Amino acid sequence: MIDLKNLTIEKAHTALKNGEYTCQELVEAYLKVIEEKNPELNAYLEVYDDVLAQADEADKKFKDGTATTLTGIPFAIKDNILFQGHIASAGSKILENYKASYDATVIKDLKKVGAVLLGRTNMDEFAMGSSTQTSAYGVTKNPLDLSRVPGGSSGGSAAALAGGLTLAALGTETCGSVREPSAFCGLVGLKPTYGAVSRQGIIAMGNSLDQVSPFGKCVQDTEIIFNLLSRYDEKDSTSVPNRLRNPKSKKNSKKIGVPWHLFKEGVENGVQENFKQSLEKLKKAGYEIVDIKLPHSKYSLAAYYIIMPAEVSTNLSRFDGIRYGYNAKAKNLLELYKKSRAEGFGREARRRILLGSYVLSHGYYDAYYNKAVQVREKIKEEVMQAFEEVDYILTPTAPMTAFKLGEKLDDPVAMYLCDIFSAPANLSGVPSLALPSGISSEGLPFSIQFMAPHFREDLLFEVGKKFEEIK
Amino acid sequence: MNIKDVENLAELARLELSEEEKREILKDMEGILEYVKQIEEIKVPNMKVDYTLYNAWREDLPEPNGHKRSSFSPELILEQFPDSQDGFLKVKKIL
Repeated sequence: MIDLKNLTIEKAHTALKNGEYTCQELVEAYLKVIEEKNPELNAYLEVYDDVLAQADEADKKFKDGTATTLTGIPFAIKDNILFQGHIASAGSKILENYKASYDATVIKDLKKVGAVLLGRTNMDEFAMGSSTQTSAYGVTKNPLDLSRVPGGSSGGSAAALAGGLTLAALGTETCGSVREPSAFCGLVGLKPTYGAVSRQGIIAMGNSLDQVSPFGKCVQDTEIIFNLLSRYDEKDSTSVPNRLRNPKSKKNSKKIGVPWHLFKEGVENGVQENFKQSLEKLKKAGYEIVDIKLPHSKYSLAAYYIIMPAEVSTNLSRFDGIRYGYNAKAKNLLELYKKSRAEGFGREARRRILLGSYVLSHGYYDAYYNKAVQVREKIKEEVMQAFEEVDYILTPTAPMTAFKLGEKLDDPVAMYLCDIFSAPANLSGVPSLALPSGISSEGLPFSIQFMAPHFREDLLFEVGKKFEEIK
Repeated sequence: MNIKDVENLAELARLELSEEEKREILKDMEGILEYVKQIEEIKVPNMKVDYTLYNAWREDLPEPNGHKRSSFSPELILEQFPDSQDGFLKVKKIL
């Protein structure tokens, strides 16, 4: 029996290298858990039919000596990442039968090292949501408490990893879609620097914000995945070339800035308490904690809910029922567009398409979209300024712990507020790491998140590993 | 915002909405706009969005017949057409 519960990527790699078990056996162990638990959790929408063949290829790599750390490591893949020949539906009815015609760059890179792609995981439709309740394929449950949400939008990947249905998982972030489910499921989640990991082959939501983001059971797992996937990709026009990846400053003075004014209110007491305790632990470990002010960052989520829908309305215009995807019966072309989109998109997607059309329309463009873009610049500027003084910015990951299934569905703004602390990192493009920081009296995980300057993921891994030791 | 605005937006976005959906969306939109409106209070004098633009595209590279340079699968693309004839995508008449 393989001890899946305490398995990490490094441990699995050592075991595979030493021949304690094969990739085939490791994958079979996970398939067994999936068979047992997935019907209830609904973490995977599909387990790929070629999983054992992939494991076989990985075993060959161990035999011929070309195996690397991620060879044979099982991955769960969010349903908006293209894997050639396999369905990628983005949790939407409009792409129910869409088969990817090429591999996303991240999939190519995982295939190259022989990682095993187990299956595609449930998500909020087109990654629009914070609880994986807007998927056209049903809700995903939190494996730690089946009456609660796993967070979202990458909730399927989070539930798969936290429930022991995979060893590693990929999600995507536009605003908190990996960090918030990490928080709700007790995982580590890394939102990389914008432009670090290729977006090619990712079904886009907000192009200026989206990043593929790894989940891990520990900091080191996310680091291993990030190190493989972070590279310049000529096929992504916003991928950052190597010459621009060197951070300006290499300093690390162990100084953590806390923007207290951002979470004076609207944060659950338990979360607030846990955050203070986490700060004490960091202080004891030799970190200096300073109060910082980010006056414009309190408008982050408002600016985000203008910029993102604007990009959504543009991105989702390509789903028209003509070349692929859901195609409604209709009398003429216009009716075909309207019906295919009406029947294919769920409520949240429709809402954001219309909101985006509104903020971009004549007469409102300056007041909403243009203003939001300027506010975003201001937020970026103040975050960069803060990093002249401190190495890290620390906040709670989410203002609450995992909530009950069915909650917040009737109140879009209440749902959006789950990501209030996520927005500054996504808008300014800096990396951010969510870390488990304790357990509530109800048995639910708490989480804190560090932000660091652009391309200083190394700092995040360093402080993250330290925090794992002292928490 | 009123029902007429929702109808206009839905027309622009090529979305068919039932009367009930229009009312629901109007209510949702009012709530969301109320929230995002707070950015009006911020003063951002002369915030210039100043980026150096460069061409991220490469020149097109022709692929001779039978020489597949890219990893795209034409078969998979054709397979997805909801309606086709002789390998061509079939659409409703536009005139």
